[in-house]
Amino acid sequence: MRLLISERESLNLNPNTSISPPGLYIHVPFCRSKCPYCGFYSVASTKLVPGWLHAFKKEVSLYKHRFDSFDSLYIGGGTPSLLDLGDLEDIMKCLFVHFHFQSNVEITLEANPGDMTDEKIRGLKSMGFNRVNLGVQSFDDPSLYYLGRRHNTHDAERALYLLRSYGFHNIGMDLIYGFETQTMDIWKETIRHALQFNPEHISCYQLTIEDKTPFQRMKDQGRLKPLDEEEECSFFLTGSDYLKENGYIQYEISNFAREEIFYSRHNCKYWDHTPYLGLGPAAHSFQGSRRWWNVRSIRQYCEALEKGEPPLGGFEDLTDEQIRLEDLFLGLRTQKGIRISGYQDNPDINKALSQLHELGYIELNQNRITSTQKGFLVADRLPLYLT
Amino acid sequence: MMTNIRNFSIIAHIDHGKSTLADRLIQKVGLVEDRQFRDQILDNMDIERERGITIKSQVVTLPYVNHKGESFELNLIDTPGHVDFSYEVSRALTSCEGVLLVVDASQGVEAQTLANLYAALEHNLEIIPVINKIDLPSADIDRVKEQIEVDLGLDSDLSILCSAKEGTGIDDILEAITMMVPAPTGGMDEPLRALIFDAHYDPYRGVIISSRIFTGRISTGDTIRLMSNKATYRVEEVGIFQIRNIPRESLEAGEVGYIIAGIKRIRDVRVGDTITLDTEPASTPLPGFRIIKPVVFSSIYPMSSEDYGALNDALDKYVLNDASLVFQKDSSAALGMGFRCGFLGLLHLEIVQERLEREFGQSIIMTVPSVEYHFTLTDGKKVHIDNPLYYPDPATIDKSLEPYIRTSILIPERYMGAVMDLCLERRGENSKFNYPTQGRVEILFDMPLAEVLYDFYDRLKTVTQGYGSFDYDLLDYRESDLVRLDILVNSERVDALSQIVHKDRARARAVHACDRLKDEIPRHLFKIPIQGAIGGTIIARSTISPFRKDVTAKCYGGDITRKRKLLEKQKKGKKRMKMIGSVAIPQSAFVAVFKSEST
Repeated sequence: MRLLISERESLNLNPNTSISPPGLYIHVPFCRSKCPYCGFYSVASTKLVPGWLHAFKKEVSLYKHRFDSFDSLYIGGGTPSLLDLGDLEDIMKCLFVHFHFQSNVEITLEANPGDMTDEKIRGLKSMGFNRVNLGVQSFDDPSLYYLGRRHNTHDAERALYLLRSYGFHNIGMDLIYGFETQTMDIWKETIRHALQFNPEHISCYQLTIEDKTPFQRMKDQGRLKPLDEEEECSFFLTGSDYLKENGYIQYEISNFAREEIFYSRHNCKYWDHTPYLGLGPAAHSFQGSRRWWNVRSIRQYCEALEKGEPPLGGFEDLTDEQIRLEDLFLGLRTQKGIRISGYQDNPDINKALSQLHELGYIELNQNRITSTQKGFLVADRLPLYLT
Repeated sequence: MMTNIRNFSIIAHIDHGKSTLADRLIQKVGLVEDRQFRDQILDNMDIERERGITIKSQVVTLPYVNHKGESFELNLIDTPGHVDFSYEVSRALTSCEGVLLVVDASQGVEAQTLANLYAALEHNLEIIPVINKIDLPSADIDRVKEQIEVDLGLDSDLSILCSAKEGTGIDDILEAITMMVPAPTGGMDEPLRALIFDAHYDPYRGVIISSRIFTGRISTGDTIRLMSNKATYRVEEVGIFQIRNIPRESLEAGEVGYIIAGIKRIRDVRVGDTITLDTEPASTPLPGFRIIKPVVFSSIYPMSSEDYGALNDALDKYVLNDASLVFQKDSSAALGMGFRCGFLGLLHLEIVQERLEREFGQSIIMTVPSVEYHFTLTDGKKVHIDNPLYYPDPATIDKSLEPYIRTSILIPERYMGAVMDLCLERRGENSKFNYPTQGRVEILFDMPLAEVLYDFYDRLKTVTQGYGSFDYDLLDYRESDLVRLDILVNSERVDALSQIVHKDRARARAVHACDRLKDEIPRHLFKIPIQGAIGGTIIARSTISPFRKDVTAKCYGGDITRKRKLLEKQKKGKKRMKMIGSVAIPQSAFVAVFKSEST
């Protein structure tokens, strides 16, 4: 376990780091069916669930005492909501036996609306889940069909209604925009529909054609036409404006919350180098200055753990320069931005800063650099001007 | 014994198989074993191998026993195969008594075949026509024989059929050399006169001269004198080359071999110069010596200004082996410190560029090639300008002159219209047409050299679908109406992109430059106007639109490393670009300005 020994040695060099409690992520690599746009690791079968669960428990025990007490737990995937209540309970028990959690811990389950039965929701509530992130994606049935989703608008509405009625006070939903069959009216209507449920959190993700997905192949064959740059921009701006007009805070490029307390506590950790532990195949972890990740294969994952070894896929030790670069590009994606100190010292960067400011990509105030809406649209470019 | 020596060369149009034939001859006489055989032994530089042309000549002595059992030394003098190196070719030919004129059995006679033939005739050489590549399905031996008879005026019955690739006809060629090429003549008892036809630099031995001894004898221990600059050296070693150096006590009249004399710099040796003995000098040198001058000029800058010293070192090392490159310090507001270089031609320029990058690991930017212009100023002063940076104030120019060439373009008749258009577009004049054979035409034009520098080869290749061949001679300087075209990127003049052009061609060139820069400069976060200007007048413009959107939707645990790696890669790429104000310009943009769209 030499891998995990590195402590927080270089983190105090990093001005953007808030030393907050670590987060815990569980990757459940199973789905009922694969969505044609999704690049996350999962298999469309539940046959391997028992084996995975067995291995998972071994992995948990490997990391005992390696992290401080967590204040977030995020069970994602894949589709963790397809696990039956018994399995979910098994996971929770195991986690609470081996790890420490703070009393106010945020516990999120990523869920498909189609899985949200009365019984499931009641079970989740009793197990201690206090946040559900629902993969709604759209309130337009033809769009859901195009995206290869197995649920329909009615399932989503019913799930939202039930979650509320069983006392879930922190509900997030994911929406997708920017695909061929979606008109601007359909997109606006989806947001309007979502707002009727007054969700605490909304993520709006532009459809990304990921490598090695069916959508990628369709694109290569010319059967799928991605939007042009101008269209993408207007979908992004329309969605962001709509939500902000309705009182939502855009605290990250794709993430909106009704109030600050509803920011996804777990996801925020990824953006400021707070330590996190990821368990399950393909999950990523970060601690000290080391990032490591598990193998992207259930079989290899199980085999490694059967031998008592961590199912390591790879790792990297970040240099101070790399940490600064990550802080820069991650910070520019958030409403919080980055601290200006250190950037003004270099005359070239200082010049670039004032140029980017003049061009309306960034704002400079209270010793912080933050992206504007125009800046968010080119957030992958901005860092190149500031290093 | 002089009677058993034959000095010959192989001449051919590019790609007609000269190097393969040379390899086959070397292999046939047993200088290398078949299994060690590395194709094209004489072309020992990568670039030569890739481009299939010989840049620097070398010599190899082939031991050969003919069918009667007589022993011969056949000196194969390899010549550079390109018009840029025509002086070196002429010196190599002077050292021979005969040539193999190779013609491709499917391509037939081409422009350089004719040029080569004329060169060989000028030197009174015995010419043996060789029809190569007879194995090709497209070979048309009868047609080529007719061309040899009609176009070249040679006896086609004497031509030898061969396939260097398959090794057929090689014996016939070797026999023909012994029978048809005359033995060298020259007095053994006269004072030494040895012609330098090539020299290269060896890091251990210094300069190794390739030489033909015309009269007298040169031996180890002699003190020699180079007749052009009267420098003297002591001979350390002489010998012949047979894939490796074979030392001999002396070289005598009629022989071809190498001379090592403790010469440190290749600059001290000039191709075409005559070597004599210091103690007993010849009264006159061999005829034909001339100092070759560069005709094409361009500046070389390091991609990153801190590499200036390394580039300087690389150039110093480079010229150890290529004295025809000249360079001096130069500096540009846009690109910093660099070197102004003179080349024998555009191909020479490209070879230098490639070798600096490949062999010396330099990352360089080359500016638009220029010729040397002559200006008479209003105060009567005459200036020679090869660098647009030093273009005189237009108000002070009384008269402008630019160099002209006589081009010879050989094409199948059906491309005549297209080639005429191209030549006229390039300000060609005084046209003349020869019809060497049915269906083929040789087009002769007077044309400004500057017009040939600018993508002429590429365009000719395109409009003739690869069937056109091209050769030229320098003519004279003629009066011209010149302007300096400046390129502004984001309103800043990039001096390294300036060019001196004919007034009538300025707009087309400006449009081309603006369009190519638009394609080559990556988008930025702001709009980048690109303008072509003469003085204060904008004559062409293009705009690079800014990025509107470049952002990943999701950025969580698994995405961060990938995203950072991409940024690191992009940062590295940006480092390889030249910053002009706040615009990052890639190396390719500087090259693209003087290349045509199709390449």
